[in-house]
Amino acid sequence: MSMFSWLHYDFMKYAFLAILIITPLFGVMGTMIVNNKMAFFSDALGHSALTGIAVGVVFGVNDTNISMVVFAVVFALLLNQISSKVAASTDTVISVFSSFSIAIGLAILSKGGNFSKYSSILVGDILSITPLELWYLLVILLVTVLFWLIGFNKLLAVSLNRTLAKSRHISVAWMENLFAVLTALIVMLSIKWVGILIINALLILPAASSRNISENMREYHFFSILFSMFSGNVGLIISYYVNVATGPTIVILASIIYFITYWWGRRNHI
Amino acid sequence: MRKMIRPCGLHCIKINHLGVTLGGQEILKDINLHIHCGSLNAVIGRNGAGKSTLIRAILNDIPHTGNIEFKDRENGRIQKLKMGYVPQSMNVEKQTPVSVYDMIAAYQSSAPVFLMRGSKIRQKILEHLRIFEADYLIDKQVCNLSGGEQQRVLLSMALMDSPNLLLLDEPVSGIDQNGMDLFYKTIYHLKENYDLAVILISHDLDYVRRYADQAILIDQTVLKQGSVKEVFGSREFAQVFQYGKGET
Repeated sequence: MSMFSWLHYDFMKYAFLAILIITPLFGVMGTMIVNNKMAFFSDALGHSALTGIAVGVVFGVNDTNISMVVFAVVFALLLNQISSKVAASTDTVISVFSSFSIAIGLAILSKGGNFSKYSSILVGDILSITPLELWYLLVILLVTVLFWLIGFNKLLAVSLNRTLAKSRHISVAWMENLFAVLTALIVMLSIKWVGILIINALLILPAASSRNISENMREYHFFSILFSMFSGNVGLIISYYVNVATGPTIVILASIIYFITYWWGRRNHI
Repeated sequence: MRKMIRPCGLHCIKINHLGVTLGGQEILKDINLHIHCGSLNAVIGRNGAGKSTLIRAILNDIPHTGNIEFKDRENGRIQKLKMGYVPQSMNVEKQTPVSVYDMIAAYQSSAPVFLMRGSKIRQKILEHLRIFEADYLIDKQVCNLSGGEQQRVLLSMALMDSPNLLLLDEPVSGIDQNGMDLFYKTIYHLKENYDLAVILISHDLDYVRRYADQAILIDQTVLKQGSVKEVFGSREFAQVFQYGKGET
C-alpha cells in the first residue's frame, strides 16, 4: 500500500484528521458567508489574528490562542455593531477597522525586530497540529452542525429580508451576532494550520463554486462540502509528494474547481 | 387550504398616536388610523413622506411611540393582531441558490432547508401558492422569477399565517402594466374573500382610484384620511400632488 505510505507518519495522520474536520466546517460556513456577502468580514477576522496575538503578548498571556479568540469575538461583534450604525458602506467600515487593528498588531509584534517569530502564522502549517488541538476543532465542528440544524432557517430568513424576518419574530440582531461569533471562533481555531493569507480562500471558494451550479439550498450545501473536502484531502496528499506547503496547494485545487464550475454553470444556464 | 371567509366587517385595527424619530429627526408624528377588516387602504404621499417608515413602525421593525389595537367591534375585546408583510423585493442577486421552497420554508418551518425537504411543509406551501396560480414555481430559484411572479410568491407566503392585517409595499420595479393590473386584482380579490384588512403603500394614484376603499394621505402625519373620493377631492391632496400628476 505504498499509495498510503504517508499515513505512517503521525504528523500526516493528524494533518489528515484536521483536514477531515476543517474542510466540511469551512464548506458549511462558507455558504452563508457568501450568501451574506461577508467575504470581506471573514477576511478582516483572519487578519485580526495578528492583533489577538499582540494583545496576548502585551498582557503576558501564556496561551495566545485564548487572546486571539477573545479578541476576534470582540472584534466581530464590534464590526457588526458599527456597520449597522454608521452610514458609510460596510466594506469601508470593515476596511478602516481592520487596517487599524492589523497595524496595531504588527507594530507591537515587530517591536525589537521580533516579527519573524510570528511570521509562520501567515502561511500556516497543518503538519504541526497536535491531538489536543484536533479535539478543539472537533468541538467547534459539532457546535456548528448543531447551530446549523437549529438556526439555519432563521439565518437564511434574516439574510433574505430583515424586515420580513423581524415581522415573523426572528431576533435578527441575535442571529447576525451569533453567526459573526461562530465565524470568528472557526477562523481563530484554524488559522494556525491554514494561515492568515489563505484562510479566506478556503472559506469562500467551495461555496462560491457550489453557487455556480446549485439551484437550491440542499445542492448548495452538498457541493460546497464536497468541493471543500475534495480539495482539502487531495491537496494534502499532493503537497506531501510534491513537497510544497499544504494550504496553497488546497487553494489552487479549490480555484481550479471554481473555474470548472463557472464554465459548467454558464454552459448549462444555472 | 385556508377557508375563505367573507369579511365580517366587525374587526377593526386602531393605530393611536404613532410617532417615529430616527437619528434625532422626527419622521412621523401623531399618526392615528382606523382600519376595518375587508377594506383596502392605500397610503399615498410624496417621496420621503414616511410611507415605508409607517409600515416598518406598524411591523415593529423600528422603534416607535404610540400603540396599535386590534378590537372586536361588537364587544370591544382586544385580540392579538396577526400581521402579514409583503416586501417590495427580496435580497437575492443572480445565482443565489435559494428556491421558492427554500425561501418560504425558511420563514415558515423549522425543518432545516439545507438538509431536507419536508413533505408536509411542501404540501402546505403548494396549497398556498395555488391560490395565486404560482404552484409551478416552487422549485424555481427566487432570483430567476419575474417581478410579478415574485410578488405572487410573497403574497402566498404572507397568507400562510392567516393574517388579520396585510401590509404591502407596492412593487415598483420589474413589473409591467399587465403585472400591475394582476397585482391589484389579486389584492382586491384577497380583501373581498378573506377576513383581513390591507394597508398598501401605493405610488400610482390611478390604481388607488380604481381599487382602494380608503386613502390615507401622509406627510409626516396624516394630512387627510377617508374614502378615495374624499381624499382625492381635498385641498391637501391638491397641494401635495400639484406637480407631476399621477406620480408620487
